[in-house]
Amino acid sequence: MSVLRTLAVSVSLIVLGLVTLAMATDHFQAFTSETARRVEVRQHPRPLPPVTLESQTGERFNLAGLQGKWLVVDFIYTRCVTLCSVLGGTFAQLQNQLATPLAQNRIQLLSISFDPERDTPAQLADYLYRFNNHGTGWLAARPLNAQGLDTLKHVFGVTVVPDNAGGYVHNDAIVIVDPAGRLVNILDSDTPAKSVGEIVLRYLNR
Amino acid sequence: MISVRQRSVLIAAVIFAILLLPPVMHALQARMAAQMLVQIPLLIAVGYLLRAAVPQRLAAAIAAWNLNGLSGLLLATFAAAFWMLPRSLDAAASEPLFTLAKFVSVPLLIGLPMGLSWPCMNFVVRGIFLLELIAMFFRLGWLYLISPIRLCNNYLLDDQQRTGQYMLMIGGAILLWVAIKLLWGHFDLSPDSQQVARLHTHDPHRPADR
Repeated sequence: MSVLRTLAVSVSLIVLGLVTLAMATDHFQAFTSETARRVEVRQHPRPLPPVTLESQTGERFNLAGLQGKWLVVDFIYTRCVTLCSVLGGTFAQLQNQLATPLAQNRIQLLSISFDPERDTPAQLADYLYRFNNHGTGWLAARPLNAQGLDTLKHVFGVTVVPDNAGGYVHNDAIVIVDPAGRLVNILDSDTPAKSVGEIVLRYLNR
Repeated sequence: MISVRQRSVLIAAVIFAILLLPPVMHALQARMAAQMLVQIPLLIAVGYLLRAAVPQRLAAAIAAWNLNGLSGLLLATFAAAFWMLPRSLDAAASEPLFTLAKFVSVPLLIGLPMGLSWPCMNFVVRGIFLLELIAMFFRLGWLYLISPIRLCNNYLLDDQQRTGQYMLMIGGAILLWVAIKLLWGHFDLSPDSQQVARLHTHDPHRPADR
């Protein structure tokens, strides 16, 4: 009897266990929280949060108000010398590659700082200057308060951890936002600028 | 004067209370190695010790559905697999709801089933369990050591690599212990019925209710 009972319990546990693991990994697609946020965004595009940002010129604007064009968004802190430099370089190349739609205001590049205390408009302007920003279509901005920053981190799924050298480590990525103001795709930060540009143009010409 | 069983439950309660202290919880969850290799194993130990709190009749009823400890081992394996997912570990470090779920489920779904099942397991089941445990430490340790990407957004890469090194060491230590035991130790070939009985009575080597 004990054999049959144990067999029944074991089979039930295996079924229950596999179902639980399938649910916990989005059907065995996402084992890390980074993959999970990408799968989640692709399946259920999220709206941009209504957070007030201040740009490199000191101009204030509502993020949720940036509708009607495609946005390419990354998160940075200007003191960063590693990953954000790669992202900065990618954005600089995108500025050249996408010059026409950027000038037509159909695409907007946006770098948001998660270190708003240090990243004043002057610092943000300096960051853009370092990457030869030539004025069109690339904004660098910071949230105005901690609450705004928390909302941004939550909606974009950005996790920032202090590193051992006084800087930060963060799950850097390139986020694509559609003209309806919804996050629709998250790309690896080391995706070559050429591929990012092609992906954005494909969206644009859809 | 407390019995052996009461002492087990008391130790479990003390460990659990210490792990729940906010500074301790925060410190252990701030590092990947501490959460994976200190906090979670201690929570498993809490559940294992809690087997002493299971009434004898209930334990007997469970044993009837748990031949060779297989059902308990399966439950513990699946619960452990869930908490080994990098995203579960990540969430447990940053989302209070997941932290709560960890504090409840790790003792009750991993530690307690192992505590109730280990004495029922025979030589073969124990052997398979230990083999899989060692293999798990080596596989995951190797993955954590060589992965160029961070598996958890909350933890730094060097923390992840250190965790990998520790896991290889722990796997090696268990392997060494099993090897020594196989060469010079004593293995029971049948489920340890004496130990099952001892679970629910007082330790025969001590006077009852000292």
